[in-house]
This record gives sequence, structure tokens and C-alpha cells, in this order.
Amino acid sequence: MANLRDIRRRIKSVKNTAQITKAMQMVAATKMRRAQQAAVTLRPYASRLDDLAAHLFANIGKDEISHPLLKKRTTSGKNAVVLITSDKGLCGPLNTNLLRDVLKNDSPNNVYITVGRKGRQAIARMKKNLLADFELSDSPTFVESKVVSKFLIKQFEENAFDTVEIYYNRFVNTLSQIPVRYPLVPIGAEVLEVAKALGEAQRAEHLDTKPGAIPAVTYNFEPDADLLLGKLLPHYVHLELYEKVLEARASEHSARMVAMKSATDNAKQLVKDLTLEYNKARQASITNEILEISSAAAMMAQ
Amino acid sequence: MATLKLEILTPTGVTFSGDVDTVVLPGADGLMGILPQHMALVTELIPGELQITQKGKTEIVAIGEGFAEITGTSVGVLTDGAVAEKDIDEKAAEEAVKRAEDLLKSNTLEGEELEATQASLARSLVQINVKRRRRNG
Repeated sequence: MANLRDIRRRIKSVKNTAQITKAMQMVAATKMRRAQQAAVTLRPYASRLDDLAAHLFANIGKDEISHPLLKKRTTSGKNAVVLITSDKGLCGPLNTNLLRDVLKNDSPNNVYITVGRKGRQAIARMKKNLLADFELSDSPTFVESKVVSKFLIKQFEENAFDTVEIYYNRFVNTLSQIPVRYPLVPIGAEVLEVAKALGEAQRAEHLDTKPGAIPAVTYNFEPDADLLLGKLLPHYVHLELYEKVLEARASEHSARMVAMKSATDNAKQLVKDLTLEYNKARQASITNEILEISSAAAMMAQ
Repeated sequence: MATLKLEILTPTGVTFSGDVDTVVLPGADGLMGILPQHMALVTELIPGELQITQKGKTEIVAIGEGFAEITGTSVGVLTDGAVAEKDIDEKAAEEAVKRAEDLLKSNTLEGEELEATQASLARSLVQINVKRRRRNG
């Protein structure tokens, strides 16, 4: 029979843990609402930008475009992998799932750029080629994420890698986040198809406007094509990365809230079980005592 | 009469969405008026006034940097900030200008922050201009 005092002590410690996880759940819920809001409000803008880019590529010949961000190349033989994870743990299997996907496509030619402490730790632990790491605040601004995308563009222009892909957790709803691989550079048909597919999935969830078919028209450019693409494409990269960061943040806080909620529920169940055991043990000891007294009394009476 | 479907989108949401008669955009090469059946065009926008004419009424929206995609039937404006004239808070905009100017004067900013501050200064200035012109004219 378990010691009464031990059980009492355990109940107390489990209760304390439940209080902490409950508090963390509350905090995560607040942050989650803010992060979800940010991710959702950006979506119309981002998907319209995707549309714009898709229209452009559908309508202008590839030869006319000379911007390096559009060109497929194999000069350096390296691929950049941007890994967007959370800074802190206690968010369920979120980072683990993402890392598993990353490692599935791992190759010695990959250079890693991590956004978030967890990703950096994992990549460093596995002695992968870590090119740079960034940490963003809890509610990242466009300016903050621009530092990362600026770095990517600069490195790309300096020929440090040929392609850029982003791994992040896409926010579907509070209960579900999907690890996604998103090829960002070279910006081309494949990238836009993926963007469109994702965009449409997102739109189906949040808006009921159906995207129109791509109009078959030739676009004019003002001031001129090169100048405009020179502005539009980096902006596209900045915005895509920003969008992914917001999605990842929304996923992180949702996952954390769910993880903390189930931790709190588990702790409460454990307290219930322990209380039952405690009461049983207490009752047993009382019964024992009565037994002792009554048997002693019976002896005396004899 | 044919109308244009105008959408003004910013990273913080949809500022305007609806059918309009004409739009005047602050393009990088100057103001441009867009009527229905305009030829397909993609243009860069600079901070300035965007004029919407809808059923004979004209509305003005102060916008920041961005891009516009124009087809014969629609105009999509993607900008980093947009405020309708009636929503402009002149005081807040003036304060924002002062803050940004002070920051720029102090010369402590660099890189991203500098760019962001300059952009927000330009946006606030446009807002103030829109408001003042309306009052005087």
C-alpha cells in the first residue's frame, strides 16, 4: 500500500504542474489569436501578388525576362534550405515533424538557413552546413523578416546557392498544421504552381471568391519591364518569406495551445486518479485501525 | 456603363473592394487615369493619392508604395499602406511625420529600419496632403 504522505505530495506537485500548463495555455491562446489574425489578414494581399506574378509568367515569354531571380542555374551546385521553426519548445510534435521532412530531402549540397532557435539547434547538432541563423520576435514585422529575405537575395546574387526552398508549418486551423516545402527561388512556373495550389487551398478555407482563369492578354509595363521586375521580384520574395513566417508563428502558437491544453487535461486526470488512490489508502488505514482496536477490545473482554 | 472591379489590398487587409467607374493611380511616371477597357498593364506605384470615381462621387485614398495590375475589367492595387480620406487622422499622421523626421535626423537608423521609416514618412505625408488639400480646395 502506497504511503499516504507520498501520494499527498504527488497530488500537490501534479496540481502545481497543471497550474503552470494552464497558464501557458492561456498565454498561447492569446498569442495564437493575434498570430492567426496576422496570418489571415495578409492572405488576400499575398494571393493577389501570387496571381499577379502568375499572370505575368503566363503572358510574357521567358526569353524576355532577364532577372536573375527567375533564371534556373546550376553554377554553385548548392541549394539553400530555409527552415522556419519556433524558438521555444513545448509545442507538441510541430518542429519534429518539420525536421523529419527536411531530413528526408537532405543532401550534402544543402546549406541551411534557420529562422528560430529550435531549427538552429537541430541543424547544428547534426553537424549540417549552417549558413546563417535568424531569430525573430514573437509577432514578427515585415521589416524584421525582410532582414532574412534581403540576406537570401544577396547571397543568391553572390552565387552562394542556386535555389532557395522554405520549410515551414502551414497553418490550416487550430488543430492542424502541415509541414510544407515551398520552393521560392528561382521564381518560375513551378514555384507559382505550388503557390497557386496553396493559395487556392487557403482561399477555399477563408474566402469564397473563386480565382478567375488566367486572362490571355499581353501586359504592358510601366516604367519598363526590367525596372518593374527589378522591384516586383524582390518584393515578391520578401513578402513570400514574411507570409511563411506569419504562418509558422500561427502554427506554433496553435500547436502550443493544444499541447498545453492536453497537458492540463492529463494533469487533472492524474490528480483525480491519485485522489482516488489516496482516499482508498486512507480508508484502508482507518479500517485497519478499527480492526486493531476492536480485536484488542475483544481480547480484553475475554 | 462598364465598370472596373477595383481592389486595394495591403498586408493588413482589404481597404477597398468594389465596382467603380474610373480610377486615377499615382504611377511611377506620373498620374494615370484608368477607364474600363484599359489595356493590360502592370505598373509601379509611388506614395500618393488614388482617386476613385464611383457613381459620380469621387473618393480619395492615400496609398504608399506598391504595384497595380490593370486589365480591361479590373484594377488590383497592392500597396504597403492605404487609408481612405475620411479615415485619415490628421493629428496622428502629423505625429507620425514628426516621429519619423526625428528618427531620421538622429541618424541612428540603418538598413531596414531606415527604409521602413522613410516609407512610413512618405505615407504619412501623403495622408496629410490629401486632408489639407480637401479642406483648402
